[in-house]
Order: sequence, then C-alpha cells, then structure tokens
Amino acid sequence: MVKTTEESRSTARAPATTPAWPSDLKMRATGLDFYYGGRQALYSIGLQILTGRITALIGPSGCGKTTFLRILNRMYETVPHARPEGEVFLDGEDIFSLDVVGLRRRVGMVFQKPNPFPKSIFDNIAYGLRVNGMDRHSTLAEAVERSLRRAALWEEVKDQLHKSAYALSGGQQQRLCIARALAVEPEALLLDEPCSALDPIATAKIEELLFNLKDLCTMVIVTHNMQQAARVADYTGFFLMGRLIEFNKTAVIFKTPARKETEDYITGRFG
Amino acid sequence: MSFRTRWRKFVNVFMLSLTGLCALVTVSILFFILGYLLWYGGKSLNWAFFTHLPTPVGETGGGMANAIVGSGKLLLLASLVGVPVGILGGVYLAEFGGQTFSFVVRYTTDLLNGVPSIVMGIFAYTIIVLPMHHFSALAGGLALGVMMIPIAVRTTEESLRSVPGTLREGALALGTSKWKTVATVVMPAAMRGIVTGVMLTLARVAGETAPLLFTAFSNRFWSSGWNQPIASLPVMIYTYAIAPYDDWHRQAWAAGLVLLALVLVANIGARLLVSRGISFGKA
Ligand SMILES: Nc1ncnc2c1ncn2[C@@H]1O[C@H](COP(=O)(O)OP(=O)(O)OP(=O)(O)O)[C@@H](O)[C@H]1O
Ligand SMILES: [Mg+2]
Repeated sequence: MVKTTEESRSTARAPATTPAWPSDLKMRATGLDFYYGGRQALYSIGLQILTGRITALIGPSGCGKTTFLRILNRMYETVPHARPEGEVFLDGEDIFSLDVVGLRRRVGMVFQKPNPFPKSIFDNIAYGLRVNGMDRHSTLAEAVERSLRRAALWEEVKDQLHKSAYALSGGQQQRLCIARALAVEPEALLLDEPCSALDPIATAKIEELLFNLKDLCTMVIVTHNMQQAARVADYTGFFLMGRLIEFNKTAVIFKTPARKETEDYITGRFG
Repeated sequence: MSFRTRWRKFVNVFMLSLTGLCALVTVSILFFILGYLLWYGGKSLNWAFFTHLPTPVGETGGGMANAIVGSGKLLLLASLVGVPVGILGGVYLAEFGGQTFSFVVRYTTDLLNGVPSIVMGIFAYTIIVLPMHHFSALAGGLALGVMMIPIAVRTTEESLRSVPGTLREGALALGTSKWKTVATVVMPAAMRGIVTGVMLTLARVAGETAPLLFTAFSNRFWSSGWNQPIASLPVMIYTYAIAPYDDWHRQAWAAGLVLLALVLVANIGARLLVSRGISFGKA
C-alpha cells in the first residue's frame, strides 16, 4: 500500500520540474520586461546562461545591464515599485515562485564597489555560513580557508584573519567579497562591474580567479571593459536602451557581430 | 571708501562679534554652572553622603545613599521600558517602515518628545498610582521610560540610516533574511550611534524631577522592592534646596554634583565601550 502511494506521488511530482530542461543550461530569461514604477527599463529580454560558463553583459551606460543582473537573484526587490514581467528560470524552476532567501543562497552577487562588512576578515567569510546555521569553528575555519584560496586571497591574509576587513586594499576587499560569496557555495555568481574601482594589476588578479572558478560555478559579469569581456567571457550579450541587441559566443560578438549597433559599440564608435 | 562700503564693513564686523559673543555666553554658562557645582557641591561632599541615610531635621550630617540607589533603580526601570521600545521603533522606521505609517509614527514621536514632563507624570499617576493607591518606583520608572522613547527612536533611526545600503545588499545577496541582515550587519555597524542616543536620553531623564514628584514620590529610608515610594536625586535636590536649613542646601549641592557625575561617567563609559569606531571602508 505504502509503496503504491510513494510511486504515485513520485509520478505525480515529475511534471512539476520542466521535463525538457537541458543539463548544460543554468538560467533562462524569456520575454522579460522590467519597470521602475511607470518607467520601463527592459524590453522583452530573452537570454540563456550556460552552466559553468562565463557570460558577459556589455553596453553603454544606462542600457539596463545592472537592472537585468539584479533580476536574476531578485535584488531588485529592494527598490520600491520595481516590477518585472516575464519568466526567469533557474534549473527549470521559476525564480519568482522560489523562496527569495533560498534563491539568493543559490545565486550569489558581487557588487561594483567592494562592500565588506565592518567585521574581521574571518567573520566576513563566515557570515553566510553562520546565518545558515553553521557554527562549528573547525568547519567554519576550513570553509574560510577554502573560500579565500578560491578567491586567490589566502596567501595575503592568512596571518591576519582577525583584522578588520577595512584594513585591506580595494582590490583585496573585492576578492574578499568574492570569497564571501563563494563561501556559501552558490551555483551561480553575478558580478556587477567588479573591477571598475580597481587598478590593472588587481583587475588581472580577479580575471584570473574568475577563470579558475568556472568549474565551480556559473558566472554572469557586467563590464564596461571590452578587453575584459573578450578575455574572460565565453558568451557575450550586448544591451542597448533596455533591449538585448545581440547574444552569442564572445568570439563571434567581437569578430563578426551580426548587428551594426554591436559593431559600432565594440569598435568604440558609439556611447 | 563710500558710505555703503563702510556700512557693509561695519555690519559685517558687528554681526561677527555678536555671534562670537553669543557663543561665548553659551560656553561660559556651562562653565559657570560646573564651577558653582564643583565649589559648593565639592565642599559638602564626603564619604557619608554615599553611605548614610538622610538624617532627621535638626541633626547635621547624614547622606543620600538611598537616593543614589533610588535614582539607579528608577533609571534601570526606565531603560527597561524606553530602550527596547525606542530601539525597535527606530529599527522599524529605518528598515521596515512603509510611507504613510512611518510618517505618522515619526510625527507622533516628535509630538511625544514635546509633551511636558509634568504631563508625563500626571499620566503615570493616573494609570498606575491611582489604581494602586500608593506612589511607587514602578510608576516613576514608567514615566521616565516613556520620556526616553522619542529620542531613542529618532537617534536609532538616524544611526541606522547612516549605514550604507551596500552593506545591507551584501548581506541580503548571501541569502540572509531582512531581519537577520538588520540584526547582524546593520545594527552592529550603527551601534555607536544607537548607544550614544540611549545615553543621551538617559542623561536627559536622569535629571527629571517633575514626573517623579507624584509617581515615585520620595522616601527618607531605603525602599524595599519596586512597589514603594522611592527616593531619587532630583527630587531630593528639590526638597533640600527649598528647605530653610543651610545644611540641607549644602547637601542639595552635593547631590547635584553627584547626579552630574553619574551622568557623565555613564556617558563616557558607554562611549568607551563602543569606541572601537566603525567607519565605512575606503575604496
Ligand atoms: N532605482 C532606480 N529607480 C529608477 N530608475 C532606475 C533605477 N535604477 C536604474 N534606473 C534606470 O534604469 C535604466 C537602466 O539602468 P541600469 O542601472 O540597469 O543601467 P546600466 O546598464 O547598469 O548602466 P551603467 O553601465 O551606468 O551601470 C536607466 O535608465 C536608469 O536610469
Ligand atoms: Mg550598472
């Protein structure tokens, strides 16, 4: 008797997740509009984010890159009267019907300006784990070291884990923020111009670590730096005035763009 | 020089001197009070003041041990009411409030701040003293506690608002609930301002006399428990200062000095406690 119920339940549950969700696909937006109050900022965006790849979003200032990125983990909800219309899926699940705290745990974010907490380096990294109820010191210490190594910061800070995070340089702070996001082992990481406040050396370090993180998590990066997109991204999307003009493999976007607007933008004849 | 130029220069110098003079007056008043207190209060202050009960009329000596402890107890009661309500109210305004309700709360808080302390006293008298048929520490503590709320609310709100939004976003983006973000990131970052605000309100109500006159009243002896009339420094100062005995006047000065010192010590202590100052990053 019990068995039959179990069976019938599992067959009943099956269609709830989209049957045809490809395993190499992490997220997908379809027909996505976005409004700040009465003002529309995005128009019918359709875009696929592939698992374990880096997707770059480029485009002139104000074209909606940040807006799009902040939909993917529902950070836009901090803005009053902001409202998306359309669909976004994460592994076949509609993100708007997921629990928002759980969604953000799975889809992390790194901001334009480094924003470490006014706490020690250790406590910054351990923060996400602690709020998730992990408090055994040995486990935390392991996780902190692992995350700092992944963010290529361990060697520089291993002797000062209990110093304030504000004692670090801007580039170190940004890697700290990446480590903090990685500590909760997200499936995807959203980065909004993570290098815009950094010098070329710090930028190179971050680009390298992003490259090394690809096996670990899927990344979406907004950047104003064409070379950066060309260097790190597998796929690139070009936004213009709230529309996704073109989306393709990075090499194609930069060598043989299909649209004239894209070509104008990447050759610098534009905005 | 034309007349206009000379006139302009005169007005300029005159106004500058006037503002300087007023600034000087402000400063000297404070130092005048302090000096007076130190001189008269210091002269009459001795160890017995801290350890002895008041003596009956006619006997010299004695102290105000009961009033010192009494003020402490009243402030403790007041904090139990004022600090949680004030801080959580401020958190609501800064972090969770909607537009209309927040406006109402903010406006009401400002009005509450303007309610004269004697009216607060009548209020506590009516809702606690009358039904219980006697004065009590509880009634006094409540009156003072309610008076703490408005400043605690507004200073907490201001301190929380000064915490950059990027810190909140950082915590939210890690999958932290709104309340946990506020409790574990925003409030610690604003702790300095919050504690300063609480100390300000405590210092303010520590000297309040009017609301205590008909709530806590006074007591020449130790009061046992929270349910009895209780002595406090401000009320003692009031009683002793208007009494026709020189010895009592001296004790009133001493009490004034002790009250001021207590407020200052509490203030400095709290600031030291949170002085591992928090500033918001470079970059
Ligand atoms: N909080 C907000 N409220 C109202 N409008 C907003 C808000 N944030 C952004 N916008 C508007 O939405 C549009 C897209 O902004 P968005 O920040 O997404 O651009 P962006 O591509 O990230 O630009 P940049 O490269 O300068 O960061 C802009 O026109 C902007 O004015
Ligand atoms: Mg942006």
